[in-house]
Amino acid sequence: MALLDIKNLHVEVDGKEILKGLDLTVDAGKVHAIMGPNGSGKSTLAHVLAGKDGYQPTAGEVRFNGRNIFDMQPDERAAAGLFLAFQYPLEIPGVATMTFLRTALNAQRKKRGEAELSTPEFLKRVRDVAGKLGIDQEMLRRAVNVGFSGGEKKRNEILQMALLEPRLAVLDETDSGLDIDALKIVADGVNRLRSPQRAFVVITHYQRLLAYIVPDVVHVLSGGRIVKTGGKELALELEARGYAEYQEEAAA
Amino acid sequence: MPAVQETVDQVRRIDVDQYKYGFETVIESEKAPKGLSEDTIRFISAKKNEPEWMLKWRLDAYKRWLTMSEPKWAKVEYGPIDYQNIYYYAAPKRAPQSLGEIDPEILRTYEKLGIPLREREALLGIQKPAGEAAEAGEGNGYGKVAVDAVFDSVSVATTFKAELAKAGVLFMPISEAIQHHPDLVKKYLGSVVPISDNFFATLNSAVFSDGSFVYVPPGVRCPMELSTYFRINERNTGQFERTLIIADRGSYVSYLEGCTAPVRDENQLHAAVVELVALDDAEIKYSTIQNWYPGDAQGRGGVFNFVTKRGDCRGRSSKISWTQLETGSAITWKYPSCILRGDNARGEFYSIAISNGYQQVDSGTKMLHLGKNTTSRIISKGIAAGHSNNTYRGLVTSHRRATGARNFTNCDSLLIGDKCGAHTVPYIEAKNSSTVFEHEATTSKISEEMLFYCMQRGLSQEEATALVVNGFVKDVLQQLPMEFAVEAQKLISVSLEGSVG
Ligand SMILES: Nc1ncnc2c1ncn2[C@@H]1O[C@H](COP(=O)(O)OP(=O)(O)O)[C@@H](O)[C@H]1O
Ligand SMILES: [Mg+2]
Repeated sequence: MALLDIKNLHVEVDGKEILKGLDLTVDAGKVHAIMGPNGSGKSTLAHVLAGKDGYQPTAGEVRFNGRNIFDMQPDERAAAGLFLAFQYPLEIPGVATMTFLRTALNAQRKKRGEAELSTPEFLKRVRDVAGKLGIDQEMLRRAVNVGFSGGEKKRNEILQMALLEPRLAVLDETDSGLDIDALKIVADGVNRLRSPQRAFVVITHYQRLLAYIVPDVVHVLSGGRIVKTGGKELALELEARGYAEYQEEAAA
Repeated sequence: MPAVQETVDQVRRIDVDQYKYGFETVIESEKAPKGLSEDTIRFISAKKNEPEWMLKWRLDAYKRWLTMSEPKWAKVEYGPIDYQNIYYYAAPKRAPQSLGEIDPEILRTYEKLGIPLREREALLGIQKPAGEAAEAGEGNGYGKVAVDAVFDSVSVATTFKAELAKAGVLFMPISEAIQHHPDLVKKYLGSVVPISDNFFATLNSAVFSDGSFVYVPPGVRCPMELSTYFRINERNTGQFERTLIIADRGSYVSYLEGCTAPVRDENQLHAAVVELVALDDAEIKYSTIQNWYPGDAQGRGGVFNFVTKRGDCRGRSSKISWTQLETGSAITWKYPSCILRGDNARGEFYSIAISNGYQQVDSGTKMLHLGKNTTSRIISKGIAAGHSNNTYRGLVTSHRRATGARNFTNCDSLLIGDKCGAHTVPYIEAKNSSTVFEHEATTSKISEEMLFYCMQRGLSQEEATALVVNGFVKDVLQQLPMEFAVEAQKLISVSLEGSVG
């Protein structure tokens, strides 16, 4: 059984159809890249998977680990192992990053019927993961994403992913705005988590990231549909030729 | 973060009726005849066995009150209050002589409210679990808290009297202070909030029935938190308590008041006066957790809370700090203020005001800089949900002679939903050129985006709201004594139950 199975998905936002019959199957252990021009519906796909209000599925179905994803609230999807690294991570004033991490982890564990982590266990895990991502203690004490640089925000997303250990991580343009060093740190973070049980959907506009996170499958999303699927060499092709031909195809 | 989780659990248990203090205690009570007249005042004064000067003071206030009218400048709306349809005095019939003699029904009431009245329980009941203490980085858990409990019009019990006496601290019902320490009462009562200060303060001066009195002698650091719990129980009864706290030279005291009332269809009137006096180098920290009944979901019932609180930093380098968590009442009209008279005096006001349902809050502070190099700080966090209205109203002034006066004000408002309103009305008046007054204000909406972000990480909508709100009020919550911070955090989430989704 596929970990994620999307069939003929149609989604409306503000009464306008954005996804127009999207199919996508992701097996555990795989990394899928989704590339496409701006406005093609990449973030819409990420948001509808995570269950954001206002993203209205009108047809088709999505199964996550066999379950109909639309029967689950956003927090249930998270507890079931769905993680979204936001293109624009939110700021939460007054809430220390450490507190946020702990609240999130324990909320998920509780929903899964697992015991909460003790303070020492939790601290050990955070320090361990944060260290590898070059995130220091000082940053963990600061309020969530408040005053963080663009790169710090993206690293913070990866930190949350590493700590929450999801089954499926959707990374929405996590590479945008990163310099090459930060990009490598983020890619390392993802590569460390790759495992036969876990899958990734890496949304990106550029090929650059895919040099570090080597995908198993590459899709082109255009006009609300997957219009082409190939291996990792497809990313290079897109880099060289651009999206023009797919945009025409979608419009047709 | 365990406190958030606890909050959420509590919210769930409460379910339909979020106000858990709304029960009524059935006890026999003795009341003054309904309505307000000279006779009512004489009745109250006689009940308290007051000396002649006190009765005269009251009658003087009453005469002035007859010539005054209700203030109308606040952003609150309510129908006419019938002052003749209120009982001004209600007391449990059996007057207790010692803690052991308190009516068991009243003891049970305070137990339900989670207020440990018996000293034994006070010692045992509020020890913080070891784990939590370690996490908070605190020493050995909570300290002791001395409690004065006021039930309708009378004080029913004051704990830890003996231990406080050893330190020379006087902590007793004001009715008792009038009997035993008339010189102190005469000297200070009405010296901060004069008899004719405003309509509600004048009413209070005429009919106040009980409240707490604190005197901390020179150089003494009060050995424990002092606390008063006010409870309105009787139907159609107003509560008019009077609190007077004097910190003599170089002393320190921290005081907390809590307030609750039963669920009633009709509105109950609460018009208290609190006066604080800090002499040279003295410090008073006054915290309030106000949780009067706020009315039901349609806006029926609830307490009308018209309160005058003022602190006088009379001595040099004295300090008064007000911290308030306002969650209850149908109407809140309240401006705890500081008169910064002594040179180098400091005033602080930290406020969290939460309104939900049809609650109306008009609250803020006044910082009056009279002495040289006086400083003040105002941090106000207003949270409006449901159909409520939440106004911050502030006044900061510096006198001609108050050279070097400084104030910093920060007012933040958070809106939950789109049927509520938040308003900020800051007045500033600087009468000398060396004054530095800074003002910052923000209004934000609790965003769907922020909640969705938290929910994507596994928090339910309630948990996400609690987390965001706790972050919003954090600066102020930190000002509450440790003993009450956890209680406060719970109360915040309970007050916002049903405000999202
Ligand atoms: N909240 C929204 N309200 C209205 N239109 C939206 C909203 N979000 C996205 N869209 C529209 O949906 C289309 C796809 O957007 P998006 O999924 O963000 O694309 P991508 O991430 O591929 O750049 C765009 O035309 C965009 O304008
Ligand atoms: Mg996008």
